[in-house]
Amino acid sequence: MPPARAWRSYPQTYRLEAARCRSCGTVHFPPRLICRQCQSRDFETFRMQRTGKVVTHTIIRTPAAAFAGDAPFAVAIVEMDDGVRLTTQLVDLDFEELKVGLPVRLELRRAFSEGDAGVIHYAYKAIPVRS
Amino acid sequence: MRDVAVIGVGMQKWGELWTKSIRDIFVESALLAMDDAGVDHLDSMYVGSMSPGIFSSQEHLESVLADYLGQHHIPGTRVESACASGGLAFRLGWMEVASGLSDIVLAGGVEKMTDISGSEATYALATAADMKWEGLSGVTFPGLYAMMAVAHMERYGTKREHLAQVAVKNHANGSKNPRAQFPFPVTVEQVINSVKVADPLNILDCSPITDGGAAAILVPADKVKDYGKPGVRIIGSGHATDSIALHGRDDLTTIAAAAKAAERAYAMAGKKPEDIDFAEVHDCFTIAEIVISEALGFFEPGQGGPAVESGATAPDGKIPINVSGGLKSKGHPVGATGIAQIVEVVEQLRGAAGERQLKQARVGLTQNMGGSGGSCLVHIMEVM
Repeated sequence: MPPARAWRSYPQTYRLEAARCRSCGTVHFPPRLICRQCQSRDFETFRMQRTGKVVTHTIIRTPAAAFAGDAPFAVAIVEMDDGVRLTTQLVDLDFEELKVGLPVRLELRRAFSEGDAGVIHYAYKAIPVRS
Repeated sequence: MRDVAVIGVGMQKWGELWTKSIRDIFVESALLAMDDAGVDHLDSMYVGSMSPGIFSSQEHLESVLADYLGQHHIPGTRVESACASGGLAFRLGWMEVASGLSDIVLAGGVEKMTDISGSEATYALATAADMKWEGLSGVTFPGLYAMMAVAHMERYGTKREHLAQVAVKNHANGSKNPRAQFPFPVTVEQVINSVKVADPLNILDCSPITDGGAAAILVPADKVKDYGKPGVRIIGSGHATDSIALHGRDDLTTIAAAAKAAERAYAMAGKKPEDIDFAEVHDCFTIAEIVISEALGFFEPGQGGPAVESGATAPDGKIPINVSGGLKSKGHPVGATGIAQIVEVVEQLRGAAGERQLKQARVGLTQNMGGSGGSCLVHIMEVM
């Protein structure tokens, strides 16, 4: 991935910055230029809460080359407490723990790297919140 | 707008076509369609192809293909909408004839997928997902559909066996299709015990990597008699898009773009789901056929799984789905799939589907989609 492409999304991948529509309150992650709900173009930027719940999940057993060393790994769609959904790896858990509704927290982890001399990409991954 | 009819279709046997290039594959299927229609020239053509740049290191496809088809200087357009590229080419061809701009238009599709490695092909296909915001997680296409399956199972109690029964039915259908890549039956046990890809989907829940092409010839309906060939009338065309990322959709148990495209096609055709005799749908994964059979209005939400189990979608059922074998058995050369669905519907409506011929085939529907449902085309056709 070209370094500039990765750099453009650091506010989201590193800091979970989202945009809240000042007109209707809809939260967008990543931010957009126009609200999908009300067409407003007026947003405020804020950092999302790191907690949410699993909406659906899978275990990837045959990944693309960049993730070959990680397989098998769990992927989930998570609904964040701020209302947006995102797709993320779910780590630090036994696959038997995977279930819809599982409370999770996002942490910054190594996402993937591009060869011996390539950029190492970091991003959010979800871990279970255990009571 | 003018009424439009299909008067010729063509496709070769699909599979791993090592001796044929992307241009050979397209020209072969285009010539079959032109010969079937009895036309010796085209006014224009649209070709669906998802990723010739990655699969075949060749962009600017319309130039290559029009030239190699011997149609020098015709207007040519390569169309891309991921796995719905073929369906979109068909819609654009229909629009051009309906508008009165052209009288003989070829709508085709082609993909040559086996020249590159499996992991390179996985990458090429993954570009139909949200590369940035889904790609970050390492999720694959089987993984996205697996997450739809988990959501559907969680809400409606859809069973693992229901998914497997889609593969069993479609392979049974495909075993009667001489052009299918995998024309052999499979059992529920084989599907459930095949290699795991993305839980709960196994390899036999997934459509394959395929080389293949398909083509259809479109003319004004009032000129069909000039050709002396049986025409099939296009009575409805619907097209819709949705968020490219699965996580951007409100409901993960349906494919809203399919429901929206179907609503538009039904409205144009003046038909309801119960008026459709049979359908070719986009079973890229077994769960997709179940979800789509609900989105098209053939079954209530949550009833797609039990419907397969009951035989309602078998060739002798209430609404036969994928009598061709579907993507699952016939193969899935992504850009060609939407046109191959048209080929099957036209042959069924002409009563020329051989061993697969349905008894009741007067109105047929095709549903072709891109990615996890970010784009969808629905067409309805009727005997003339």
